Amino acid sequence: MKKITVIDEKDTRSGFGAGLSELGKKNPNVVALCADLTGSLKMDAFEKEFPDRFFQVGIAEANMIGIAAGLTIGGKIPYTGTFANFSTGRVYDQIRQSVAYSGKNVKICASHAGLTLGEDGATHQILEDIGLMKMLPGMVVINPCDYNQTKAATIAIADYNGPVYLRFGRPKVPNFTPLDQKFEIGKALHLIEGTDVSIFATGHLVWKAIQAAEILQEKGISAEVINIHTIKPLDENAVITSVKKTGCVVTAEEHQMHGGLGDSIAQLLSRKLPLPLEMVAVNDSFGESGTPDELMIKYGLDTPNVVDAALRAIARKK
Amino acid sequence: MATTAELKDLCTQVRRDILRMVHAVQSGHPGGSLGCTEFFVALYKEIMHHNPAKFEMDGINEDVFILSNGHISPVYYSVLARTGYFPVEELKTFRKINSRLQGHPTTHEGLPGVRIASGSLGQGLSVAIGAALAKKLNSDNRLIYSLHGDGEIQEGQIWEAAMYAGSKGVDNIIATIDANGRQIDGDTDHVMPLGDIGKKFEVFGWDILKINDGNNIEEVISVLKEAKNHTGKGKPVLIVMKTEMGAGVDFMMGTHKWHGSAPNDEQLQKALAQLPETLGDY
Repeated sequence: MKKITVIDEKDTRSGFGAGLSELGKKNPNVVALCADLTGSLKMDAFEKEFPDRFFQVGIAEANMIGIAAGLTIGGKIPYTGTFANFSTGRVYDQIRQSVAYSGKNVKICASHAGLTLGEDGATHQILEDIGLMKMLPGMVVINPCDYNQTKAATIAIADYNGPVYLRFGRPKVPNFTPLDQKFEIGKALHLIEGTDVSIFATGHLVWKAIQAAEILQEKGISAEVINIHTIKPLDENAVITSVKKTGCVVTAEEHQMHGGLGDSIAQLLSRKLPLPLEMVAVNDSFGESGTPDELMIKYGLDTPNVVDAALRAIARKK
Repeated sequence: MATTAELKDLCTQVRRDILRMVHAVQSGHPGGSLGCTEFFVALYKEIMHHNPAKFEMDGINEDVFILSNGHISPVYYSVLARTGYFPVEELKTFRKINSRLQGHPTTHEGLPGVRIASGSLGQGLSVAIGAALAKKLNSDNRLIYSLHGDGEIQEGQIWEAAMYAGSKGVDNIIATIDANGRQIDGDTDHVMPLGDIGKKFEVFGWDILKINDGNNIEEVISVLKEAKNHTGKGKPVLIVMKTEMGAGVDFMMGTHKWHGSAPNDEQLQKALAQLPETLGDY
């Protein structure tokens, strides 16, 4: 099995900040807006380098989304930044009407997604954002797995003309994808080839899936690990091709079971290739305060949960 | 430049369009549409620099209009059609299946003249600010105009936007509030009293102008022209425009009842009799 090595440990939000700053140099039409969380979103470098193209809107997320939509009228490519909760649930109707239905080229960039926000607790730990955003017609939903991939995705989405939801997180996590990777929207990435079970993971769960595959290998099980960084549009061919080979599926995400990646894959497979599927996701529950590691264990999103799900899926194969 | 008589003729024809459009589908919002007829005719015929023959979403080097209270789509569509954005004949498709003239305006169906969807209230002022900021970045000296209902300013987002534009000095925007004092459930004074709208925006840092009779085309044009002279001076400009909901049709005035209901056959004939055809019905 291919051994995947960790380059270093970095937060994905810093990948966003670095990508935004690099993009600012390349593309003069890129502008950024932030609702009083510049430091948390790592947007300070962009603000410093391009003060005329940075808009501090204060604690007014609805206004931020509307201004972003307006900036596209005039050819700008706005990147909005705030926590995932305030990027989605708080401004759902603004995104729906002024961005998605209006077909505006706005990039909604959301940090501190999921449980790994940690100690701030459930008010800030949104686990419903992927579902909220993927339901909007035409909305692209991306959840990169590490610093390098978040940086690459941040830069790549400027070349796509249309609304994008880019989701990333707060804690330092293993950074293992190549620095110079080409990010292609909607293209799943095979990380580990396997034959017994397909593990489709997104965001922070990709690394846990890789670790799970190593544990499964010790048990004599060959797991395939695929990084679904783009939840919508889903790389249906990659999913079907892998599942045809392995015959069973695990999905893994830092999100509710309802509405997340697992939900998308289950829907696809139930139509085209019904086979045993197990989900690693939060099961209809809010989060709570705690360290990121404690929370991932308590809510069943840790490496052993991925291993157990794989064993259950394999056991269900006929 | 059109003569006042020509503009009044256009207003009359636009009112006929509004009534016939909502009557044909027995739905839509005639009240606010009739009340804002002079504003739209003034804006599109006399005030804005725009290019109906070649509509571009980005509106570079053109004045841009953002309609925030999208339910008054009948007046918007009629004036867009009658100023050359799309064929007048298309007005007959309003609110029908497969039409570009949706119940509330949208960019989704590619209708020339529309740059943002509206209908869910309170969002257009933010959009107008964004478009104004883009103009500044592009060193484009044209202006952003927007229209809002008075009931609409009950939405919180309006005040987020008002605070932003005022405190950051977005001075290339002229927002107008249609102060007809009525909303679906009744008079604004009954539903949610608005107080002194101008004073509220003033303390948020806006420059305030007033139109005492928004159904007097000469006054509307004169104040809009004056408003242009107030731009570029560090403050966004707000016009509080008093109008009569249902203006032009006697039985539709003085009540909120025609906010969102269409006339029946008899009522339509009665209304049209007060508005003799001028430029030709669609």
